Amino acid sequence: MSRKVLVIGEVREGALRNVSFEAIAAAKTMSDGGEIVGVLCGSDDLTNMGKELIYYGADRVVTVQSDQLASYTSEGYSQALMAVIDDESPEGIVMGHTAIGKDVTPKLASKIETGLISDAVNIEETGDNIVFTRPIYSGKAFEKKIITDGLIFATIRPNNIKALDRDEGRSGEVTAKEVDIKDLRTVIKDVIRKSTEGVDLSEANVIIAGGRGVKSEDGFKPLEELAEVLGGAVGASRGACDAEYCDYSLQIGQTGKVVTPDLYIACGISGAIQHLAGMSNSKVIVAINKDPEANIFNVADYGIVGDLFDVVPKLTEEIKQIKVNA
Amino acid sequence: MNIYVLMKRTFDTEEKIQIDGGRIEEEGAEFIINPYDEYAIEEAIQLRDEHGGEVTVVTIGEEESEKQLRTALAMGADKAVLINTEDDLEEGDQFTTVKILEAFFEDKEADLILAGNVAIDEASGQVGPRLAERLNFACATTITSISVDGDKAQIERDVEGDVEKIETSLPLLVTCQQGLNEPRYPSLPGIMKAKKKPLEELELDDLDLEEDDVEAKTKTIEIYLPPEKEAGKVLEGEVDDQVKELVSLLQNEAKVL
Ligand SMILES: Cc1cc2nc3c(=O)[nH]c(=O)nc-3n(C[C@H](O)[C@H](O)[C@H](O)COP(=O)(O)OP(=O)(O)OC[C@H]3O[C@@H](n4cnc5c(N)ncnc54)[C@H](O)[C@@H]3O)c2cc1C
Ligand SMILES: Cc1cc2nc3c(=O)[nH]c(=O)nc-3n(C[C@H](O)[C@H](O)[C@H](O)COP(=O)(O)OP(=O)(O)OC[C@H]3O[C@@H](n4cnc5c(N)ncnc54)[C@H](O)[C@@H]3O)c2cc1C
Repeated sequence: MSRKVLVIGEVREGALRNVSFEAIAAAKTMSDGGEIVGVLCGSDDLTNMGKELIYYGADRVVTVQSDQLASYTSEGYSQALMAVIDDESPEGIVMGHTAIGKDVTPKLASKIETGLISDAVNIEETGDNIVFTRPIYSGKAFEKKIITDGLIFATIRPNNIKALDRDEGRSGEVTAKEVDIKDLRTVIKDVIRKSTEGVDLSEANVIIAGGRGVKSEDGFKPLEELAEVLGGAVGASRGACDAEYCDYSLQIGQTGKVVTPDLYIACGISGAIQHLAGMSNSKVIVAINKDPEANIFNVADYGIVGDLFDVVPKLTEEIKQIKVNA
Repeated sequence: MNIYVLMKRTFDTEEKIQIDGGRIEEEGAEFIINPYDEYAIEEAIQLRDEHGGEVTVVTIGEEESEKQLRTALAMGADKAVLINTEDDLEEGDQFTTVKILEAFFEDKEADLILAGNVAIDEASGQVGPRLAERLNFACATTITSISVDGDKAQIERDVEGDVEKIETSLPLLVTCQQGLNEPRYPSLPGIMKAKKKPLEELELDDLDLEEDDVEAKTKTIEIYLPPEKEAGKVLEGEVDDQVKELVSLLQNEAKVL
């Protein structure tokens, strides 16, 4: 059964987030040959980003441009997106499971009285059903879920569903829709930006994460150097953030970012369940910890029992070597 | 202020998880107040102490949920409500939960509803914002600070590590993030007092709901544990050799370099 699917795209620091492209790939599975319509909200001209969604597989794109959409607000975006949903009457909707996705999709689902499957890591078509897989119980188990009534609505975890190849040869319409956004009850007074420019942890392929074992702000330096040679990003445990060794924007886990890199190197992290909830899905996990009993070794593929200040710089050197030889 | 807290009784995910007959085995497992709901209870108590009023903790669940409600009362909440669906419903999802809560809140004139940001077991994070939408309340998710003055609220939100400061108005629903406060432990006198505090029990009928009104929109067709991971390789020998071996493994076995 072919379905028309809306993909809600998301812009971060002037560029589309990768998860928006992954959402198009998800929409392909959901649509079964039906039309895929991208949706973008913002205050600037969104035509070029609309084209980008088309290069990644959308058939056409609707943009909503308004000064009221300069920053994300729950009400502003819900109004804009509801207007598009009313216009398009889609049979499916998909978006990234990001801060914005988590905030806005339940409101939309509630308004249209539909089911919503949050944080899917896989989508497959089996018979007439679209089946979503999602981690539950802090990542210790998985469930497969279907929508039994109404439109198919889901958010997807970044870095799990592969985006389609970009193809500049694809074309499609990008149309602007006027929406009168009104009666906003919430105003943003200020945003204190903590995120490191550029790197989006949830999209990084390699993450070097530090915990309380890193011992100081300076202690993160060797980790940064390792990240640099691997072209990766630096992350952290709550322990390291609470101790003020690094910023909360680096936090990985249940309360922080949920990541699925190809390679996750945990340095001086004990492996509390709330931390594992944010990274246990990583493809390859390396643990460096001086305590052989640390729980992190239970999820690690490879472990080195030792002092991270000894191990990490040596690892950086060794990798530099092989990069030179390659 | 008329303050409500949404509380979920959850499986303690620190525990080992087993599956029996396609379901998570609950027999003998430890159940707790969802940790994010503890932040909600604590904040509600603090706001009541500052502004006056009452804190009511509400849960949808079964008989066993009384234990967690009593704990919330012992922390300092004034009243508790258990919406017991045990006899009426087999299945349910976030739509079901919110439909029931919507009916409950219809005549409550709540000023502020505090929920957790996410439940650690099923972890959809939908219930708070879904309910706000149904009640037409202003909504702020993942808050790390709140102060109320008249019908205005100043809030700080955690947005992927950035701090967003917003002003919004009551009636309001917020979802609580770690960092909001340090939840208190129930004191002994608190526990004694809690035994006498009102705990009301409702069923679907009391909320004028029929089974059909709340029928789930989603269905879980399978629950499984991830394939048992082979025990990781803990490397041995001198540090220099371990590092060399690790790089070689990452290159040739794991193929991630
Ligand atoms: C509701 C809630 C939500 C939470 N959310 C999160 C979350 O999102 N993310 C998160 O990470 N945590 C979270 N936590 C906190 C979590 O429970 C742990 O407290 C935290 O993850 C511990 O951080 P850590 O591993 O860095 O510190 P510790 O547990 O103190 O571990 C430090 C480790 O470093 C090792 N070490 C010390 N020195 C060295 C050295 N020189 N070389 C090598 N190893 C060394 C030690 O052996 C130890 O294993 C949450 C907690 C709660 C209650
Ligand atoms: C009648 C019924 C039958 C159900 N049957 C099943 C079943 O068979 N299998 C199954 O896995 N699940 C079942 N559920 C649970 C349901 O699927 C969800 O767990 C529930 O809707 C909450 O979603 P969540 O866990 O994703 O919470 P989230 O949306 O992540 O929770 C966020 C916050 O919402 C509030 N909240 C969540 N749940 C409740 C609650 N129950 N009461 C009060 N506040 C709450 C809390 O403040 C919580 O911190 C049933 C629910 C109902 C009502």
